[in-house]
This record gives sequence, C-alpha cells and structure tokens, in this order.
Amino acid sequence: MHLKYESTLREPLVDGVKDYHQVTEDIISPIEAKPGKLWYVGLVVSICLLCFGVFSVTWEVYYGTGVWNLNKTVGWGWDITNFVWWVGIGHAGTLISAILLLFRQGWRTGVNRAAEAMTIFAVMCAGQFPIFHMGRVWMAFFVLPYPNTRGPLWPNFNSPLLWDVFAISTYFTVSLLFWYSGLLPDFATVRDRAKTKLRKLLYGIASFGWTGSTKHWQRHESLSLVLAGLSTPLVLSVHTIVSFDFATSVIPGWHTTIFPPYFVAGAIFSGFAMVQTLLIITRKILGLEDYITVGHMEAMNKVIVLTGSVVGCAYLTELFMAWYSHNPYEFAEFYKYRAAGPLGWSYYIMMSCNVISPQIFWFRKLRRNVLVTFIMSIIVNIGMWFERFVIICTSLYRDYLPSSWSYYRPSWPEIGFYLGTFGLFFTCFFLFAKYFPVIAVAEIKHVLKTTGKSFKEDMEKYEEEPAEQFAHDVAHH
Amino acid sequence: MAVKKFVVGSFGDEAVLFPAVKKVRTAGYKIHDIYTPFPVHGLDHAMGLRETSLHTAGFVYGITGTTTALSFMSWVFNVDWPLNIGGKPHFPLPAFIPITFELTVLFAAVGMVMTFCYLCQLMPGVKKHIFNPRQTDDKFVMVIEVTNRTKEEELKSYLSGVGAEDINTQVAEAGWWYGRFDQEENLLELDPAAPVKA
Repeated sequence: MHLKYESTLREPLVDGVKDYHQVTEDIISPIEAKPGKLWYVGLVVSICLLCFGVFSVTWEVYYGTGVWNLNKTVGWGWDITNFVWWVGIGHAGTLISAILLLFRQGWRTGVNRAAEAMTIFAVMCAGQFPIFHMGRVWMAFFVLPYPNTRGPLWPNFNSPLLWDVFAISTYFTVSLLFWYSGLLPDFATVRDRAKTKLRKLLYGIASFGWTGSTKHWQRHESLSLVLAGLSTPLVLSVHTIVSFDFATSVIPGWHTTIFPPYFVAGAIFSGFAMVQTLLIITRKILGLEDYITVGHMEAMNKVIVLTGSVVGCAYLTELFMAWYSHNPYEFAEFYKYRAAGPLGWSYYIMMSCNVISPQIFWFRKLRRNVLVTFIMSIIVNIGMWFERFVIICTSLYRDYLPSSWSYYRPSWPEIGFYLGTFGLFFTCFFLFAKYFPVIAVAEIKHVLKTTGKSFKEDMEKYEEEPAEQFAHDVAHH
Repeated sequence: MAVKKFVVGSFGDEAVLFPAVKKVRTAGYKIHDIYTPFPVHGLDHAMGLRETSLHTAGFVYGITGTTTALSFMSWVFNVDWPLNIGGKPHFPLPAFIPITFELTVLFAAVGMVMTFCYLCQLMPGVKKHIFNPRQTDDKFVMVIEVTNRTKEEELKSYLSGVGAEDINTQVAEAGWWYGRFDQEENLLELDPAAPVKA
C-alpha cells in the first residue's frame, strides 16, 4: 500500500489506468513520433509572422521611432501596451510552478511545465518592446550599470524604468533556471529510451548527465522548493514594478496606490487565460487528456473568475475614487475621457471582456466545458490587452493642455511588431511542444499513486475504516 | 574516478524497495546508490544520507545579493558620483528596495543552481554510467559495490530474496567523465587499472 493517502472525494489528477511506464510512454512518445501536418502548418505560419515582425522592427530601427504613430501627447502606445500584456501573460507560469507548489496544489503538476515555458516565451516577447522603444537600440546596454568611459556615469537607481530592467531580467533568468532544472530528469528519460543516435547525443547533452541518483534527487527537491520560495515574491514584485512605471508618475489615471495589486491580479488573470488557450490545443493534439483533465481546467477557471473579479473591483474602486477624491483631473479622466470620449470604445471592450464575461464561471457546468473555456480564454486575453491600452492611451491622449490633445492609432510597423512577437511566441511554443516533454514526467510519477484514478479506486476500502485504524496501519509500515 | 564492480538489482515498486533498503543495509552491504525515476520521499533517510545544505548556500547567496545591491547603489550615489536628482536624498532607501530585492533573488537562484550542478556534477557534455536504462522510466535501481570482501553470488541471491529483479554484475566507472551518450567508452581508457570486464 502506498504511504500517502488522498480522499476518493477529491477528483483524480491522472485519468485512466496508468503505471509509471505508461506515464513515460504517453508523454515522451510524441517527441519520438513524426509531428502531424497541423504542427508543420502552425510552425510555418509562426515563422512567417516572426519574419514579418523582424521586417517591421528593422524598418523601425532604420527609419527611427518616427515610423510609429506615437506623438508628443501619446508617447506610449502599442509598444508599452504589448510589453505589459506579454509580461502579464508570463505571470501564470510562475504562479502555477511556484505559488501553487508552496500551497501544495497537486493539480499544478499536469500543467506547470507548459505554463513555465509559456512564461519564458512571453517574457522574451515582452522584453522586445521597451528595448526597441528606446529608438537607438544599439545603445540599449546603457541601462546597465557597468564601468564606462563617460565618468563613469551610472543609471538612475531611483527610476522605476530602471527597476523594470532589473525586474524583467531577473524574472527571465530565474524562470529559465527553475524550468530547466525541472527539465533535466525528463530529458534524461528521453535520452535513456532514445532509439536514434542523434537523439541520444542531443538529449544526453541537454540532460547534463542526469542519472536519478537519490542524493541528486534530494538536492533537486531542495533546489525546487527554494526556487519556488524565491519565485513567489519575485512574480509579485515584477508586475508591481511594472505598475510603478505608471503609479510613480503624476498622470491622472496612473497616479494611484491601487496599481500594484490591481496589476498583479490582472497579470494572473491574463496568464491563466493564455495557459488555457495553449493547453486546450496541446492536450488535444498530443492526446494528453488523461493528464490535463477537465478538473485542471476547472481549477484554472476558478482562478480566472477570482482574479477577474479582483480586477473588476479595482476598476470600480478607480471610478469611485475619481469621484470621491474631488480631484477635477482625476474625475475628468475617468468619466469624460475613459467612459466617454473618442477612445471610450476601448473602455467598454475592457469592461465587458474582463469583468462581465468571466462571471459565467460561477457555474460549474460552464467551468467544465472545454469549448466555453477556450472561447473565454481568448476573450480574456483580448480584454486584458485592452485594459493596458485603456490605462496607457486614454490617460495620455487628454493631458493638462487641451491644445495638445490628440488621438492615437497604430501604424503598420507597430502592428507588425506585435504580430512578430506572436510569431516568436508560437515558434518557440511549437518547438517546445515537439521536442520537450510538455508535462513534467517525474512529477506526475511522484503524485501518480496518490492521485491517479486507478490507484484511487483501490483506496475505497480504506474509506470504510476509521481514520485511527488507517493511521495505525500506515505508521507500522 | 575509478572503475569498480557493482551488483545491480531493480525494483518495480517503491513499496518493495523500502523494506529491501533496510534489509540490505542491516546485512552490511554498501549501497553505492539507488537510481529512481522520480524523487521518492524518505528514501534518502532510509539510505542514511544526510540532509542537504543546499538551501543554506542559497541563503548565503541571497544575502550576498542584498549587500551587493545596497552597497553598490549607495556607493554610486554618495561616493562615486553624488548627483542631485530633483533634490532627492542621496540615500533613498525605499527607492533602493526594488533593485535590492531583485538582486537578492537573482544571486540566490543563480548561485543555488550553479552549486547544485557542481555538487551533482551536472553539465552539458558530462557522461555517467547508466546501470539500467529504465532507471529514468519506471525502475528503482539499487547498485551495490562489490569489494574484495563481498561474496558476489551470496549478494545476488540476497538481493533476489528481498524482491529485486533483473540482478546482474556490472563493471563501471563510478564517477563522471566527458563523453557522448551515443557512444560507448572503453573502460580501460577511462581507468587503466580497471578490473577485467565481468
């Protein structure tokens, strides 16, 4: 009998009759098989988008940021909107892998690998925007505090924009290390069952020579736990610092103390939506329905409805404070230029996508419906993009001086840049889905005997007996 | 780094493995290692391994990051180039917190992962002997070193008595070496003093 016991009332995390070998087969065999036609189509489309993005960015670098439709009034447009959007998406991966690990949420094992991959790719996409927004991008390294011949002149450590540099780069590095250290044992699994020489060689290099020694596992467990503990405040700090980019300025609509928690909730909200979008497709194509179950989706939908409501509360608080504070600029910002005004339409897209539509997830039936979940995940992503657009553009386009009021719509290089990051993201994700174990094999094996469906059924006889009896029996094993 | 002789037994279930570890240790055999496809909780204690101090190392790295960030920023703003930025103080502690925090996390994470790789000898290009290719799949592989006092046949029958399957003897490099997993190495090249292949 297994040493751990979980109630049969709790939904199994792994469906079907599985043993350890079957888990390996299910998750690793897509790596060894030839990819389907859809994979090639998807990869080619992504690479085309990526190429268009590279072209748009090259155009921008060659001719300068003037090719973007930013103007004196609206100095941050699609670029910063997309930056915040992508960074926000990244947050779900770390939340799943770190915070849910500390909270001992077993369901994270099925989705954490793909979600962490998503985090890394999303942060890669996000990083492009502020870098190319600098204009003279070949000077980008000026943000780093290195000894230079200009004095040395150091960056301003008081600036939230510099905090961002540190936050995003740390976040990327730590997520990558966390993700890759988890991948080592799984790469070793691929290596040891590889039939071709090339696969043995490449996965041999990628696995760093992992053997599965007990001492190594002990250190690995310690490493994962500490990295999770470090990533938990890190993930909260990153979007907090992103929100400081706005909150520390004196623009009406930005200058609020509510921003850090509001941004973090929004980030988790959009991140989970993106995880849903990706995993619903991945589980279908790779046939991993036994591991990424409807129960997993329901758990994530619960997070979506919670964070969506937190974000909704933040929107209402902003509206209330704009009235209650008696600040005429704040009032005008929210009631004249956001809720009405030429860019008012974006405010209503944001409200309906982020606050109203996720409320359908209060119904269990809808939470557990794959199609509804998929559609909702897209709606939430659209809504969260508009949230950032509303925050940035509707605050800027009406400033203190009516003569400089302006409007903003993107030019083609801005749109191309955004599409290009989709290309980058999905190129990476398609390659990941083909060549990497998309589910953490070792972690699934670790929870299999407590939460696997076939093992839970064996537990039914223990449900009958009193708890003291069970404890007594197990203690003597 | 030495080529040694080992008796290898595999287990299919951790419920069989645990009592077996206890018995093998009581019988006085030296367990070289147990290779498992996933972390088996309690196995380290059963084998008598000591706790890892990796997390302590992580704490030290984190503190290093904190002090590096705080002292560097204060040095820049107060000593190297005291710059008047909008009349703000030269030691604005609240404004230093974000970068200090990020560097704490960065140092701790990078330091810990590097220490982990160093302690476990993990690196691209590093190769180790795999006693059973299914030790990363579904088998718990117990490896016992054969010393000149060990009676090999007795050990083998003892292992099968405690529930091990697929018992065999292997002569293998106990440490790591630079190599490729798609190639077989000649043991004599690794260690000229290697015992003859079993």
